[in-house]
Amino acid sequence: MANATMGAEIRLEATGQVARRQRASRWSRWILFGFAMIGVVALFLLTVITIMEGGSRLSWDLIQNYPSRFAERAGLRSSLIGSAWVMSITMGLVVPIAIGTAIWIEEFAPRNRLIDLIKLNLANLAGVPSIIYGVLGLAVFVRFMSLGPSIIAGALTLFLMILPMTVIASQEAIRQVPASVRQGSLALGATKLQTVWHHVLPGALPGMITGVILAVARAAGETAALIMIGAFTFISFDNSSIFDQFTTMPIQIYNWTTRPQQDFRANAAAGIIVLMAIVLTFNLAAAVLRERFRRN
Amino acid sequence: MADIRTRAPEVAADPSEGSSTPSPTTSSATVVPANAYQPPEDAALTVRGLDFFYGKKQALKGIDIKFPRQKITALIGPSGCGKSTLLRCLNRMNDLIDDTHVDGVIDYHGVNLYDSKVDPVEVRRRIGMVFQKPNPFPKSIYDNVLFGAKVNGFKGDGDELVERSLRQAALWDEVKDDLKKSGLALSGGQQQRLCIARALAVEPEIILMDEPCSALDPIATLKIEELMRELKEQYTIIIVTHNMQQAARVSDYTAFMLAGEAGYGELVEYGPTDEMFTNPREKRTEDYITGRFG
Repeated sequence: MANATMGAEIRLEATGQVARRQRASRWSRWILFGFAMIGVVALFLLTVITIMEGGSRLSWDLIQNYPSRFAERAGLRSSLIGSAWVMSITMGLVVPIAIGTAIWIEEFAPRNRLIDLIKLNLANLAGVPSIIYGVLGLAVFVRFMSLGPSIIAGALTLFLMILPMTVIASQEAIRQVPASVRQGSLALGATKLQTVWHHVLPGALPGMITGVILAVARAAGETAALIMIGAFTFISFDNSSIFDQFTTMPIQIYNWTTRPQQDFRANAAAGIIVLMAIVLTFNLAAAVLRERFRRN
Repeated sequence: MADIRTRAPEVAADPSEGSSTPSPTTSSATVVPANAYQPPEDAALTVRGLDFFYGKKQALKGIDIKFPRQKITALIGPSGCGKSTLLRCLNRMNDLIDDTHVDGVIDYHGVNLYDSKVDPVEVRRRIGMVFQKPNPFPKSIYDNVLFGAKVNGFKGDGDELVERSLRQAALWDEVKDDLKKSGLALSGGQQQRLCIARALAVEPEIILMDEPCSALDPIATLKIEELMRELKEQYTIIIVTHNMQQAARVSDYTAFMLAGEAGYGELVEYGPTDEMFTNPREKRTEDYITGRFG
């Protein structure tokens, strides 16, 4: 305790108990900083190693060529186009359906046991390994619906795979919108739909975009599920229909890593660089979009 | 500030206060219960035998009250007595809470607001609400004011409606230079006036105010009370307030509610504000007003 006797000097430097507590606080700051840096350093090392291995193979040829058994001639053309097709359809399905589901669950659904069960089910589905979705896609889309190992079958499989996590992220975003805004809107005589459209959705949009970004990154890098669908195959043409056979970038990269020839390792690394660059660009664009909505 | 004299009430109150069947007669033998007062003006809303339940818990019992048109009626009482619950029943905002149940009638121009055919959206167009904590939308001032009118199908001159509503809410001069500014960038008192302006833009008949000044400083409070006096020329105002001096300053009629040990709120006394504060009939009212509890 501070004991001030008449005429005694007051010193406020940290001593004893206070010094000990402050030391612990300073240490913890550095330790936590270290934890944060682990992720950054790992990512950095990954990027550097990949660039070192694959930098030499980066060229326009890599993007324009079809796969080949000759490493110098093998390229990403068909897998790039295949990825683009599959991702477009997947995103086109996921965004409205996931957001719609989240809105229904949070704004319109009655509060009862059945709905709780649905929410629990959704959370569980988010943790199911992707290969299971691949098996499901093979059985239902490829075989039962006779879609074959086509782009549409792949897109539907990926759509199912990323749907749960996108719904959950959208739900969280919707919950962030304060109840006072909803009450204010309804008290003016707006319907529930008008309240959702004019207030809840705009408020939840930044969080929803984040959820979509994560889902896209997940789907863009998905390999196992699409291998199950039958996308591990040699494609030497440009896709022109959703019923075409296809391959995707992660699968092409995986393909190259399975080859015994050393040269294909460089190809794989180069492919990784291209894939990462595309995902990064998409993330940046979505982050810009999110900031614009947040400011409004 | 109202003069509160502690005189004993002249007429003994009917021991069955809180009964749901008021008997206003002129016979000298029967006495009108303290909570059965009927204001002489036309009714804006008449509540009859209202019971309200949150799940199994009863929050309001046997509420009978006639809210007069184009006057300010204040609901006062200690925390938990049910005054906010009653207010929210009047525009069916309690519908938004799960597992609530209403018995009784709220008569609006001959229509029971709780009739199964009545749509809450229609109710809320005519009976607006201002909340305790100002809740402007995260949009521009202009969009805030116009929103209610827009969603109700307004197709006229938006600029004119916005200006008129902001003038009525005594906010126009302060914001007219920048209507595109976000509603959230205003001070607390201005935000609350913005919420009033947006409620007015819908052109309701009745405005409910749930402790509208409790989150504001005294100057902002006085501005809003001044505003209420102007608004009652055109609108009926029902205000819930914790602040008895405010009720005494601003309202024409005051209703005092209390929750008994059973947990549900009842109407204890109702009457013209002057009489309520200078000569309350019920001892409980007198105790509350003089600050012996609450």
